[in-house]
Amino acid sequence: MPGKLKAKIVAGRHLPVMDRASDLTDAFVEVKFGNTTFKTDVYHKSLNPQWNSEWFKFEVDDEDLQDEPLQITVLDHDTYSANDAIGKVYIDIDPLLCSEAASVISGWFPIYDTIHGIRGEINVLVKVELFNDLNRFRQSSCGVKFFCTTSIPRCYRAAMVHGFVEELVVNEDPEYQWIDRIRTPRASNEARQRLISLMSGELQRKIGLKVLEMGGNAVVGYLQCFDLEGESGLVVRAIGTACTLDKLSSGSAPSTNTHIHPNTAPASNACNSPSKDGKESPLAHGCRSTHNSPVHSACSSQRLSQNFSVSVPTLIFTGMGSGGSAGKDAGPLKTLLRQQTQTALEQREFPFFTLTSFPPGFLVHAGGVVSARSVKLLDRIHNPALGNTRSYKLLDWNSVTADEPETRDAWWEEIRQEIKSHAKALGCHAVVGYSESTSICEEVCILSASGTAAILNPRYMREGCLDIGSTDHRFEEPSPPSCGFCHIPYDELNMPFPAQLTYCYHCRRQKVPDVLFTTIDLPPEAAVTGKGCLIQARLCRLKKKAQGEVNATAISNLLPFMEYELHTQLMNKLKLRSMNALFGLRIQISVGENMLLGLASATGVYLTALPASGGIQIAGKTPGDLSNEHHILTIQKRINDTIAKNKELYQINPPELTEEAVGSPIPEPRQRSRLFRSHSESSDELSELDLSHGKKDAFVLEIDDTDAVEDIHSLLTDTPPPTGFYSCNTEIMPGIYNWTSGVQMFTSVRVFRLSNANLTNQGLNKIFTDLCENLLKSFYFKLRSMIPCCLCHLNVTVAVPEEELIQVAVTAVAMTFDKDQTQEKPAEKVIQKGSGEIEEQLQFPLELCADSSSTSTQQSSKISGTVSLLTPAAKLCHNQLVMVRSAGVPETSNVSSRAASVDYGSFADRCSTWLELLRLKAHTIRRGSVKTSRRTQSLAHSVSSLERGSPLPEGRSRSLRSNRSFGGSSVTVVKMTPLSFLPGTRIIKYLGIINMFFIRETTSLREEGGVSGFLHSFIAEVFAMVRAHVAALGGNAVVSYSMKECVLMENPNKNQAQCLINVSGDAVICVRETDQEPVSSSTNIGQSCSSGTDGGAT
Amino acid sequence: MAVELDVFVGNTTIMDEEVYQLWLDGYTVNDAVKVRMEGGVLEECETSADVLLSDTMDQYRTFQMCERLLHSPAKLANQLLFQIPPHRQAILIERYYAFDDAFVREVLGKKLSKGTKKDLDDISAKTTVTLKSCRRQFDNFKRVLKVVEELKGPLVENIRQHFLLSDKLARDYAAIVFFANNRFETGKRKLQYLTFQDFAFCAGQLINNWTVGAVGEPVDHQRSSRVYMDVDLDKEFLQELKELKILITDKDLLDQHKSLVCTALRGKTKAFNEMEANFKNLSRGLVNIAAKLTNTKDVRDFFIDLVEKFIEPCRSDRWTAADMRLYLTHYTNSAHILDTFKHQVVWDRYMGVIKSCIFKMYHD
Repeated sequence: MPGKLKAKIVAGRHLPVMDRASDLTDAFVEVKFGNTTFKTDVYHKSLNPQWNSEWFKFEVDDEDLQDEPLQITVLDHDTYSANDAIGKVYIDIDPLLCSEAASVISGWFPIYDTIHGIRGEINVLVKVELFNDLNRFRQSSCGVKFFCTTSIPRCYRAAMVHGFVEELVVNEDPEYQWIDRIRTPRASNEARQRLISLMSGELQRKIGLKVLEMGGNAVVGYLQCFDLEGESGLVVRAIGTACTLDKLSSGSAPSTNTHIHPNTAPASNACNSPSKDGKESPLAHGCRSTHNSPVHSACSSQRLSQNFSVSVPTLIFTGMGSGGSAGKDAGPLKTLLRQQTQTALEQREFPFFTLTSFPPGFLVHAGGVVSARSVKLLDRIHNPALGNTRSYKLLDWNSVTADEPETRDAWWEEIRQEIKSHAKALGCHAVVGYSESTSICEEVCILSASGTAAILNPRYMREGCLDIGSTDHRFEEPSPPSCGFCHIPYDELNMPFPAQLTYCYHCRRQKVPDVLFTTIDLPPEAAVTGKGCLIQARLCRLKKKAQGEVNATAISNLLPFMEYELHTQLMNKLKLRSMNALFGLRIQISVGENMLLGLASATGVYLTALPASGGIQIAGKTPGDLSNEHHILTIQKRINDTIAKNKELYQINPPELTEEAVGSPIPEPRQRSRLFRSHSESSDELSELDLSHGKKDAFVLEIDDTDAVEDIHSLLTDTPPPTGFYSCNTEIMPGIYNWTSGVQMFTSVRVFRLSNANLTNQGLNKIFTDLCENLLKSFYFKLRSMIPCCLCHLNVTVAVPEEELIQVAVTAVAMTFDKDQTQEKPAEKVIQKGSGEIEEQLQFPLELCADSSSTSTQQSSKISGTVSLLTPAAKLCHNQLVMVRSAGVPETSNVSSRAASVDYGSFADRCSTWLELLRLKAHTIRRGSVKTSRRTQSLAHSVSSLERGSPLPEGRSRSLRSNRSFGGSSVTVVKMTPLSFLPGTRIIKYLGIINMFFIRETTSLREEGGVSGFLHSFIAEVFAMVRAHVAALGGNAVVSYSMKECVLMENPNKNQAQCLINVSGDAVICVRETDQEPVSSSTNIGQSCSSGTDGGAT
Repeated sequence: MAVELDVFVGNTTIMDEEVYQLWLDGYTVNDAVKVRMEGGVLEECETSADVLLSDTMDQYRTFQMCERLLHSPAKLANQLLFQIPPHRQAILIERYYAFDDAFVREVLGKKLSKGTKKDLDDISAKTTVTLKSCRRQFDNFKRVLKVVEELKGPLVENIRQHFLLSDKLARDYAAIVFFANNRFETGKRKLQYLTFQDFAFCAGQLINNWTVGAVGEPVDHQRSSRVYMDVDLDKEFLQELKELKILITDKDLLDQHKSLVCTALRGKTKAFNEMEANFKNLSRGLVNIAAKLTNTKDVRDFFIDLVEKFIEPCRSDRWTAADMRLYLTHYTNSAHILDTFKHQVVWDRYMGVIKSCIFKMYHD
């Protein structure tokens, strides 16, 4: 049922001149929600009107509140002719529907027009009064919190992770309706914006209902996408992970990492005790990095009733070597564990999780990347009834075209099934870091899904968390958090593919693969050597222009080869950097009319637990040829040089020290002997897809064919970032822990026109590679004043908007860090390595000193230095965990190890009481909602009338108020970042999800500075609107920001262009880590000023 | 093959001060890239010319988009489009409103009209300031003039508040506005040796002493009757200046004045003889200037008259700056001792300004 939405129009400023004669404007405002419209008075002859309207009240269903945006239109009154529209503001009411998020929306919003861009600003106040709804058949899902963040939000605790939720809604695209032929571009754009806003609202509501059904209260890792299918319609789909979240009291808010991990007690033992099994390790065979080729070709092409569809054989990337030996399995415990978790997960249709980082102990093992793609032909919507429907209200698709959403659903269902079966084949019962995407060109659509097969701890998935405790404890393996996730999840005797296994270099108890690929973030507790780096594989493939099924078949034939080559490139580049694992792997394949683009981005890391990477060996096919031999030698030398250089650059020192320190006997073949002995493989020989070849003993990169030469060259052309710069596409850079507060989020777009009609694949590859490299270089240059800094969450998307055009769009954040502290690497290492109690850790390095008396003095001095460094940090640990983190100590394993002492019984008790509390709280909040809004009303009044002196009722409103900009004095600084946090700050409140869709069009492209000028101002406008909405909610930052869509269409000959942008993120209030209370608005500005200095170039 | 589109947008707007200066100076993108390359940025940052070009274009675009806001700097602080830290906003504004002394010297005292604007290319050629930069500077002058013309209150303060400029720059603008409004002639060959700063100083003196605003808030509270402003000279004061004529028309007064001054000066300077010989001429010159200031035409020639009637004769007699100081001090003070001379207040208000102007304008 019901809710009352109230809106008040306060004032406008910087309005455009609408009356040429007077150089002024007679502005008034229309406020519309659903079918109800109110108007303000006309404020004559002013560019800064003060309407100060009454409260406009809308009495509506909460279902509508979720679906509809509040629409505010600013118009210029004209006595004789029609009133001219100045622009519009859409306000999403959703954040007000959740008692824990914002309670009032108040602030200056840019007035946006799809043709002219931002035209002045308007000050608006919006509030909602919700009444309690006990109807169990309700269609609304108010109160379910949504987060774009792909981890448990910082001031919450996951009581339970329910699992995958998905939904999609379909509609006809207004741009393709018959009416579009007669209406203005502005009307058409606005219809589209409004429709998509409605659809996202509906989608969110439906997902919310599913979450409530599952018993959850939040969606984490919410990922919403649009498929602009052109004539066949518009699809809005979303996936996410349903959770039950408990809000942490503000005192404990920062310590999400204190999450108790009950199974680390034996970890230290595991680490310190040498493993006897290690001796049977298969290292003697030498390292072989055979690419694991398509294991599961999905079912052959099939025709659906209506739609042509090709399923593409997919690869499972685990990066396993071959020839693993049958080591001793962990035994019946493992099996038991599996059985248990399976029952927990098997009930779910899709045990998928969109999270990329997890509460400690959640992720038990990561198996490898699983992905699936399928090529579909989009069908026109055969629905004459639609053409006449002028209403923007969503059509009930169930009655009109019953099969439409079902068709799309079926497509995704198919893909998800495939992913699920891939995961099973890897011995995993779940998929984490899961995401879905599409690429559409004309009528062909590639659907892609990928994730990381994993075994999860069932603790988080069981009802009520009540049975946590002894049972769990018994079944869980004692794998230390710093390496446990690398241990293979599958049965060694029955491996899904040939793989090279060794005993874990960290705990020496379990098998690990030689290389690990994942789509998730590096677990914070993982032990890492050196720093990570961005690794990209880029590929272009020409394709003949074709139509319909022929085209789809051609594309699906190309896909496996592209995936294969991308994988090979990734593997080679990984080895070139002496690393052994990839995180955040994202492979995008974009389809154009005459080419396919493939881009794989990931962050390479040296995981201490995994074996060192071998080098790359080059060999010619004809050994007799002298000149050839020479050529090979030079290339080999260059490669070796690069590897050596990279090792230094990323500080990858083979962990010999570690091994000696641990005191475990190293399995007979020394690591050194394995270096440079491994093999890469040649690129695209078909036979490589045959698994039997994986058994070959030696594999060399043969360079007798030109492709191979090209490949090597492309390997070596990747220039490392300049000194002081690092880059990665994960949340944070492995190996850097001491972030300072300088933050600069940016979006960059480049479009490249290929003028040469007769391009070869190689030529195209080079152009594409150069494009990406140059883009990175220009970032390094632009941000040079921030050095030392790291580009994090570098999210690159490619598209082929037209024939001969390549578009690359990047959103990333540059963050500064303190260089000095990073050099205290030995300290980090010791901490990472030891995972026992703090006391133990303190003793540990000392013992190490004694044991390794033979080691050089330099070494021992280093180690004793470590001890002194460690002590203060360890002491702090007891009281202030935040301090430890900000002091530059890496995600401390000692934090989780503290957990060992926790009594499970009490833990479970606490869980249940928390749940109780939550229920109680929810109830009181609902009942108290009217009261709350009244309080905020007085607050709002005081804001609007600038009565600064008025006493404030309580802290909550103070926090709201302090972050709001007063009058026209100053603008709240809003920081934006694609990460889930801002360094140096603490998120104290999530205010709701930001999900905005904008269209901008111009018919005076040249006058706006060409297509670059057009897009530049549009992106700036989008940023401005996001910031304004966040500020109006009372926030001062956006986290997990992403630009999910940027579709640019241009026609320079007609002087026209159109662009669509979709962005999303979480609005938050954050405070400096040391502050308890939210910073007041003035200090806030000062603070962000200083960081702005860091941000700006000089 | 070509880059068709290339944009980079930061949440905090990134601006390179060096590029900003090049943009303000009216360099084209390509010229700016050249200048930057010569500055050695390529080697320093291990980058390529392409990167530099892309960066320069991006920044130019940003500046162009900001320019609209810079036209009314107060908007820059509460606009939402660009997130720019306040201190950086201040730099942007200050630099945008900064001008070349060479350029301003050319247009100082000219009517800020379309006609002058057409001459900008000549000025550009003469001063080697790019035409683009000339246009920006000229438009800035015009914009400030237009806003300030309508406002009551102290000129410098008005400029400072409306354009958020530093005190120094606001004073310079006040000078420019004041000169443009009163159309002081500064372009004559005889005035060529004077710098903009010389004139700016004189303008400051005139604004502070000779305008309506200079007397302070009107005592009567009927503000509407008398516009409280300091863009125009105080008409009543100019009228009163006519009374000073008595100093030269009354023979006795003139002789008495001369003897008082000569007595005071005797033995104190080498140029005494020349001073004595020229006293009447010089005094006539200064008093005549005062008497004629009611005519707009003569107001325009104020500086040229000062040079012709006073500075040049003294210079040909090789007075030093110290001589000048000595002479003018005694010349002013001696008038107070004349018993028949009743216009002491007007005399002081007049001579105070004349003294400091001549000190500033008299280069050794």
